[in-house]
Amino acid sequence: MILEARSVSVRYRKGRPLALNQVSCGVNPGELVAVVGPNGSGKTTMLRALLGLLPLETGLALVDGRAVSQWSRRSLAQTVGVVGQQEETVFPLTVAETVMLGRYAYLGALGAPGVRDRAAVQTALERCDIVGLADRPVDSLSGGEWKRVRVARALAQEPRALILDEPTASLDVRHEMELFELVDHLVRDGLGGLIITHHLNLAARFSHRILLLDRGSVVATGTPAEVLNQETLSRVFDWPVAVTTWSDGSPQVMPLRPSDRTSTPDGPPPGRQMPSRKEVP
Amino acid sequence: MNGLRIGLLLLALMGCLLLGLLAGSVSLPLTDVWNGLWHGGGAGGAIVRDLRAPRVVLAFLVGGSLGVCGAALQAMIRNPLAEPYLLGLSSGAGLGAVIAIASRAAGPWAVPLAAFLGALAAVALVYRLSLVSGRRLDPHVLLLSGVVVGAFAGALMSAVMVLSDAPGVRNAFLWLLGGFGAASWRALAVFSAYAVLPLGLLFYHARSLDLIALGDEAAHHLGAEVDRIRRVIYLSTALLTAASVATCGIVGFVGLVVPHAVRTTFRPLHRTLLPLVFVAGGCFLVLADVVSRTAVRPLELPVGVVTALVGVPLFALLLRRTLA
Repeated sequence: MILEARSVSVRYRKGRPLALNQVSCGVNPGELVAVVGPNGSGKTTMLRALLGLLPLETGLALVDGRAVSQWSRRSLAQTVGVVGQQEETVFPLTVAETVMLGRYAYLGALGAPGVRDRAAVQTALERCDIVGLADRPVDSLSGGEWKRVRVARALAQEPRALILDEPTASLDVRHEMELFELVDHLVRDGLGGLIITHHLNLAARFSHRILLLDRGSVVATGTPAEVLNQETLSRVFDWPVAVTTWSDGSPQVMPLRPSDRTSTPDGPPPGRQMPSRKEVP
Repeated sequence: MNGLRIGLLLLALMGCLLLGLLAGSVSLPLTDVWNGLWHGGGAGGAIVRDLRAPRVVLAFLVGGSLGVCGAALQAMIRNPLAEPYLLGLSSGAGLGAVIAIASRAAGPWAVPLAAFLGALAAVALVYRLSLVSGRRLDPHVLLLSGVVVGAFAGALMSAVMVLSDAPGVRNAFLWLLGGFGAASWRALAVFSAYAVLPLGLLFYHARSLDLIALGDEAAHHLGAEVDRIRRVIYLSTALLTAASVATCGIVGFVGLVVPHAVRTTFRPLHRTLLPLVFVAGGCFLVLADVVSRTAVRPLELPVGVVTALVGVPLFALLLRRTLA
């Protein structure tokens, strides 16, 4: 396994409840694992624990079979690429320069980028379909383009695993789908993928396995069909949902409205009483 | 970056250095300056060789160092308003230096060390103060803390100077406002000895500064040892600021004006930015020193006054832009 968490527990401060409680999960090469769960369920905490950015109270975080604490940041960056939730630029560079920063872990302090570095950047630009943007300053890009640039920067690291934290937040349908398709291609080519997302339906269609977190604990893990069932989701997200099946067999989740109580389109009736008006956020 | 721009920069550098040698309370024709510089003889030999040349070189090195400090600090706190003076480093260093002078313990080699301790204390205090509102560093809170710590150090400096009867302290009032009136080859040697290491370290970490400027998380993910790099940058900028303050007093805003000008013109990576800022900062301070020597001849303005006259309007402009 390229990324693995074994019974990982994390506590941010003494006396506070566990932010992660005995969480286990693993990502194999060529596999996309989606981490889903309500806000504050510990998704990003898990990512940080996996990357050795947080002290673990119990358990082990492993990268390529070795405890992450034993990796130098430099060799870790050569193995795992990360696209964080958001990133604001203060001193904007061009797209090509930004993607070249992905080669930091390979470059010395003083040397100029070599042939291999340039080739890796070129490949990353091509994969993310942003060759035409290479000379643009990054503060002139749209949200979707900027996301792609950051994915390209992570790919320039020539990693064996790619971690994405809510990569499609604030993207429109086309950019969102393009990004998921891109990740799908990368995973098909052998990359291990871990994606944190709020898009249950896209997670169901693209990922091989789903990890459902709630209040720091694993509620369910398995194939999308195993995890995304109506009863569990309604309970975890504290909102009634219906689950149907798309033509490719993947489960699709539809949050319900109070008016759906009497007539659910197809599929079983909601597993939870509809909240009264004042409960609705 | 093309050769033409570098050529223009070098031309500007030569022009600034020449102007620095020509300017002064005594008017010397160009030929006298030239002969005095290379042969030592002639009417102005002593003036050019022993007064003006070290002064120009010192102003250049200090200006370059302050510019590089500003650029590095800006990457560190991800804000174009950062610079040694506004973050309280200069005043902390000034306090350290004044205490060293007042206690009569200090020769010329010890003053920079005392200033270094003062600058480190100021950095630590500014950092602690700006953590008040939680774990995250807000750059604007950091700047505010820097200004407050700077004001506090300034008050303590005044107190020490009033209470001390050490002979050196009387000159300290003038020295604190910043100036190269006391420049000599020995002052140049002292400054260079202390500045070489931190300058080298900052240049060595130029590539890391690109990552640090992205934010800590992104820098981690790309392979930077963020905490170690931060420590190196803080120590280097503190030592460099201390060496500058011990040499020529508190000269503010060089680290603000120069990196801003270079960044807006070239938008470079730090590997290019730092050398450019060093040369441009050197030129800027040499020119400021020329203005300070000639504007109200035969009197001399403190050079810190000249840099503030340029720096404060730019600071106001940048502040409006970053808050908008």
